[in-house]
Amino acid sequence: MNVPPVMDSSLPPAGAELERVRRMVQACMQCGTCSGSCPNAAAMDLTPRRLWRLVLLDRGEEIFRSRTFTLCSACYRCTLRCPRGLPLTEAMHALQRAAHRGRMRRYRAVTAFHHQFLESVRRNGRVNEMAFMMHYIAAVKNPLLLLRHAALGLQLAARGSLPLGRRPSRSLEALFRRAAEVENAP
Amino acid sequence: MRYHYYPGCSLEGTARDYDRSTRAVLAALGVELLEIPDWTCCGASAAGAAGALLARVLPARNLALAERREAKRDVLAPCSACYLNLRHAAQAMRANPREAAAIREVLSVEELRPEGRTRVRHLLDVLACDVGADRVAARVIRPLRGIRIAPYYGCQCLRPYADFDDPERPTSMEPLIRALGAEVFRWRSGGACCGASLASTQREAGLSRIAAILDDARGADAVATVCPMCQMNLVAFQGPASRRLRRDLARTVLYLPQLIGLALGLPQEALGCRGEGGLPLPTPPGRAAVRGRSPDGAADRRDGEEVRR
Ligand code: SF4
Ligand code: SF4
Ligand code: SF4
Ligand code: SF4
Repeated sequence: MNVPPVMDSSLPPAGAELERVRRMVQACMQCGTCSGSCPNAAAMDLTPRRLWRLVLLDRGEEIFRSRTFTLCSACYRCTLRCPRGLPLTEAMHALQRAAHRGRMRRYRAVTAFHHQFLESVRRNGRVNEMAFMMHYIAAVKNPLLLLRHAALGLQLAARGSLPLGRRPSRSLEALFRRAAEVENAP
Repeated sequence: MRYHYYPGCSLEGTARDYDRSTRAVLAALGVELLEIPDWTCCGASAAGAAGALLARVLPARNLALAERREAKRDVLAPCSACYLNLRHAAQAMRANPREAAAIREVLSVEELRPEGRTRVRHLLDVLACDVGADRVAARVIRPLRGIRIAPYYGCQCLRPYADFDDPERPTSMEPLIRALGAEVFRWRSGGACCGASLASTQREAGLSRIAAILDDARGADAVATVCPMCQMNLVAFQGPASRRLRRDLARTVLYLPQLIGLALGLPQEALGCRGEGGLPLPTPPGRAAVRGRSPDGAADRRDGEEVRR
């Protein structure tokens, strides 16, 4: 699938993002507190501690063969507990960003999720959750997802909590464009 | 008490009941809300995945709008994800001059020139610390006697900013629950993570988080939430979670202001609740005295005696 760029392709490449992450975790002493604190560690192919080790060794290929950073749900436990006070949740986000920028095939479902969400923000200022879900499902072309979310949608409709009608919309085009320019300024 | 109010997208969509009950309860408690005019989405976690600066600018725009109207007033957000994004932006504006300069430069395209003085507060913070349990207790006309409520904080109102509670062992909801006449259900999952959007993007991992929390809540009459996504995850996946653990994990899950509103005797429509929010509530005085049965057909449950169907 072809995920169009969210901002534009003049963004810094994955490598620059990886370098940022390396600086964030430079003081890691491999104590494993982060792995022990992570609610999603059991589902990860690399524990957070091992992921940070690979970052320090600059092993980009192995890092991006892993799904570990896509399993971070931003609970901030590791950030809170790391004895070195490293910004680990932020580092996970930065790796997600790198995958996003590199438009890596493996991560297309997660990337599409974020992409569709932001497109909706850029065009309308606010997100209509149901419209966003439909776009996301269309983008990943996974009929299983459609079934799952249809079930979810029906449940919500039954509870009377589905949004009705359209809300006023407001484009944030200029803001998005300027943010990309400022971020990429040398 | 007055606050700038940032509802966020979920509260106009799937979490409309959270918006409604928050407004109704705060009004009943004498708190005034000024909705930020022309607010836009905070970017959730998607903005962070696309651009570090964008992730700060989107929430900062809303803080700037609030500040422009009235600088020395706190911004109240009921959604934990919104709260955290706004809080990150406020932190950057205050403590990181380089980031603050970049944010200001971007916001200038909308003619916004914030100084970054606005404070960001989670709804739970305002209820627990500004309003306080005593003020709530004083207005309770229909105590939730005999109801055991499991306080569910989730993650992002607690961590990484320990603004109003202990991020490892949170307790801020407990005095409020007791003020309603209810019991605090003791459990370990109050600050556990529900997996956020993993339930959509990585089914297995997300579902196992949700199932573990619901399993821990067995024995509680209701779970109280303070975040639309926590609520959505704990409500919408009860079926798959039950199948996964081969146990009935169906549970009443309500937003904290819905529970408060029920105890304050606010009308159910104002709280977005149906059928007493699904709680085995003692029948209000007057109703049962005449009929001996509550309208849903269950036996009289006055005097805090619980009858389960
Ligand atoms: S907790 Fe901090 S120091 Fe310990 S392994 Fe994790 S990142 Fe490294
Ligand atoms: S913030 Fe992410 S990586 Fe850290 S403990 Fe939570 S889920 Fe795991
Ligand atoms: S976190 Fe969710 S609800 Fe809050 S503004 Fe962002 S998208 Fe909307
Ligand atoms: S519990 Fe889930 S939805 Fe709630 S704040 Fe944590 S990750 Fe977000």
